[in-house]
Amino acid sequence: MTIEALTAPPSRSPFAGLMQGTAGPVLVVVAAIIAVWYLAAVMLNAPFQRDMYKRGGIEDAPLAQLVADTLSQDRPVLPAPHQVAVELWDTTANKAVTSKRSLVYHGGITLSSTLLGFVLGTALGIGLAILVVHSRVLDKSLMPWVISSQTIPILAIAPMIIVVLNAIGISGLLPKAMISTYLSFFPVTVGMVKGLRSPEAIQMDLMKTYSASPAQALWKLRLPSAMPYLFASMKVGVAASLVGAIVGELPTGAVAGLGARLLSGSYYGQTVQIWSALIAAAVLAATLVALIGVAERLALKRMGMRR
Amino acid sequence: MSAREGTTPAPAPRPHRLGAVRTVLASLALALALVATMMPVIASDTMALGLLAFPLLAAMVLAAVIVLAPYRLCLLRGPRAAGLLAAVSYAMAFVLISLIAAHPGQAGSGFWALVVVAWAIAWLSVEEMAGLKPRQPLWGRAIALAIPLTFGAWLLILWQVLVVGFAVPKVLLPPPSDIWVRLIASPEVLWADFRQTFLKGVLIGYALGCGAGFLVAILVDRVPFLRRGLLPIGNLVSALPIIGVAPIMVMWFGFDWPSKAAVVVIMTFFPMLVNTVTGLAAADRMQLDLMHTYAANYPQTLLKMRLPMAMPFVFNALKINSTLALIGAIVAEFFGTPIVGMGFRISTEVGRMNIDMVWASIAVAALAGSLFYGLVTLAERAVTFWHPSVRR
Amino acid sequence: MTGPERSVIDIENLSLTFETNDGPVHALSDIDLSIGEGDFVSLIGPSGCGKTTLLRVIADLEAPTGGTISVNGMSPEEARLKRAYGYVFQAAALYPWRTIADNIALPLEIMGFAKGEREERIRRNMELVNLSGFERKYPWQLSGGMQQRASIARALSFDPDLLLMDEPFGALDEIVRDHLNEQLLKLWAKTRKTVVFVTHSIPEAVFLSTRIVVLCPRPGRIYDVIESDLPRERTLDIRETPEFLKIAHRVREGLRAGHSYDD
Ligand SMILES: Nc1ncnc2c1ncn2[C@@H]1O[C@H](COP(=O)(O)OP(=O)(O)OP(=O)(O)O)[C@@H](O)[C@H]1O
Ligand SMILES: [Mg+2]
Repeated sequence: MTIEALTAPPSRSPFAGLMQGTAGPVLVVVAAIIAVWYLAAVMLNAPFQRDMYKRGGIEDAPLAQLVADTLSQDRPVLPAPHQVAVELWDTTANKAVTSKRSLVYHGGITLSSTLLGFVLGTALGIGLAILVVHSRVLDKSLMPWVISSQTIPILAIAPMIIVVLNAIGISGLLPKAMISTYLSFFPVTVGMVKGLRSPEAIQMDLMKTYSASPAQALWKLRLPSAMPYLFASMKVGVAASLVGAIVGELPTGAVAGLGARLLSGSYYGQTVQIWSALIAAAVLAATLVALIGVAERLALKRMGMRR
Repeated sequence: MSAREGTTPAPAPRPHRLGAVRTVLASLALALALVATMMPVIASDTMALGLLAFPLLAAMVLAAVIVLAPYRLCLLRGPRAAGLLAAVSYAMAFVLISLIAAHPGQAGSGFWALVVVAWAIAWLSVEEMAGLKPRQPLWGRAIALAIPLTFGAWLLILWQVLVVGFAVPKVLLPPPSDIWVRLIASPEVLWADFRQTFLKGVLIGYALGCGAGFLVAILVDRVPFLRRGLLPIGNLVSALPIIGVAPIMVMWFGFDWPSKAAVVVIMTFFPMLVNTVTGLAAADRMQLDLMHTYAANYPQTLLKMRLPMAMPFVFNALKINSTLALIGAIVAEFFGTPIVGMGFRISTEVGRMNIDMVWASIAVAALAGSLFYGLVTLAERAVTFWHPSVRR
Repeated sequence: MTGPERSVIDIENLSLTFETNDGPVHALSDIDLSIGEGDFVSLIGPSGCGKTTLLRVIADLEAPTGGTISVNGMSPEEARLKRAYGYVFQAAALYPWRTIADNIALPLEIMGFAKGEREERIRRNMELVNLSGFERKYPWQLSGGMQQRASIARALSFDPDLLLMDEPFGALDEIVRDHLNEQLLKLWAKTRKTVVFVTHSIPEAVFLSTRIVVLCPRPGRIYDVIESDLPRERTLDIRETPEFLKIAHRVREGLRAGHSYDD
């Protein structure tokens, strides 16, 4: 509880400083997660290992050997963190970027459709939000659908879009990007409508006393006040966009991209490959969100909105 | 602009005028309706039929002109205008749809002109509806519902007319009528899919994931160290494509619903954790001090003040999760299922080019998703009735 | 002070009723008021009596439900489209993403002033409200009083003949308020602008005005109009004179009568 935290007497321990902020606790929690991961890997992989021993006629393998063996299986139920790390290193640093086995190559494919879809979706969302804010009819008729469409599992139509577009000869980047567009445009629309409406009544009145045109009010008041909302919804949008790109790679039999790595990994039981694709996707998502966070900080600072 | 909306009307009754949008739309609709009488409604290589070949449609065009002309001249307005315009637009749409169903792919220029006329009249009816300010709140509610419904209905009408009129291949995009036929023709299959995916995978996973997230959040909240360590990680994880764990879960828990529920648990856990922890921190200093002066103990403070204060955040997570859960369960089925389930249906029927079945499944999923969300929203209204965003 | 000069604002029989969810609110009723060129008119009255609403009607931010009103011989809407007045709101309403100088430039940009002209006017008006040197600061880096001064500079920047001010000094301390009152009076004497000024403070109203309009609530109407015979050139010392106190006394009587403590 906050009160206890605030009134706790300063401790003398040399680690006290480390544990005060967020960095220390986060590191400890990450370490704990990795420890649990190792433990789970041993426990989940042990039954298979015991089977192997039985078949190999090895009677009483010492515990240390059992642990070591469970952590170095070829197709473990749960690969150990270091196995995933090694695979990641192998498929990024040790392979040519153009190789089909390079994770950078697959990540790049996913990234390109993510970005294309994200840019289109954001532009579409901003444009739609501007229309909605200025048209009473669109506001009353379109917005309820935009909002309720968020409750619909949009990803469910991903395979259909891909297959149908393939059937009429559109393949490659564009169908996947369309799914990303679709997923990222909703949060941006909703966020921007909120943002464009965020100026207080008194500020809109001020514009009216100058008899400013709607376009002037948009440029000078609505858009600047919507900036924080735009960045917040862009963070959600880019994450959704990546999910869209990955899911968009699933149904075509998947030749390239992180989604394809997931799918082929699951076909052939290559758990290490699945996990490394998963980690790569996570890193990609975190990087994209962080980049938007940096852009947000810069933009808001330049606008003087951040103190 | 919003500044104008709250104010009352001007003193002297100003002469009634249509806005720019309405003037243009009404004039356009009138002109097109008149021009359409001279264009072929149905045209193919062998024949061209004008408006007079279809008496019902001709009557509709006449009705449209009879309503539009006084409307354009500002003699017709208010609720009566809204009602008449809506009635004419729907009647025209009905006649147009049944006409083109008899002559698929043979729409002539007159047909498309009349589609535009009907659409313009519908838009005008929405403009009029949006401008009404009824005294009774019940009517206000009805109008607030009618406007988006009209929009949705016209989306379907245009979809139907365009697809049939241009004879778009059914494997690309089936018309809504076909999807509807599929929907009512195969209830057993759809129900079995729904039970497998929604009642088992989604609901069980949702309950477990949200429940676990909530309980862990309360534990985490007691230990400031954990809170500081877990919150940033939870925030990060919420932005990750967690859906990717689906193949792993399928390997661990098999093809049946437990693996789908497991994906849902993982996807819903973190939003609930993050939101509840944030909500528990939402109590401000003064309110905590107040509980302090009562010498309230931890459970009392938690139950009587901090949990109620956290409820808006908890419901925010419940709403986000209702969407995520359905997505998680359906996508997880792309990685392997027994031969039942919404995700399975979608992916296999796409492969067989049974696109109308795919759309029927999507319609069920959309309906289930909306109802689920609606129920959570109702519960939210009941529990957090005191919150400014709910109060009115 | 009425008489030969041209009248800027003419209000006859004006009323305004807000339709709210729980019934109509009669914010203004039967207002008759005529404000001449160069007048400094204060509106004073208990909270909720409709001072802000009256000012907003003049500014075409609110449409009356009865009676007539003209501003410069035109309807308020036409006057607004001609950019006839500057409005100072109860709060500063500066844009947090613009520096002080850019905030003052806002109406100038909207009204299409050339860049050089803009800079000259920013400089002049910032000097006028004693804010020189703060051009590059953001609003939230300034005190409340400085922000309010910036908003006055913004209203003055495009040099409107009519100033509508809604409790512009309400949130300031007494000393700053005195200082700004003096400056406002000087500015008014120098530029001969017409000012409509809403306030809660009797001394402020008497010190500044040529005419004081006392409003009373439920429904909002004019209770008394007091012509001031104080000289146009005034200093703060005038507040000790018997003439000043006499007027202040009459305003107080009017306010007291308007307040009903029976309910
Ligand atoms: N938009 C509105 N809708 C409904 N009622 C309103 C609205 N604006 C003002 N009122 C009502 O009109 C009356 C007059 O309000 P107004 O803001 O003009 O008072 P005021 O004299 O400026 O008060 P104060 O000195 O507190 O600023 C009040 O009773 C208020 O509740
Ligand atoms: Mg006021």
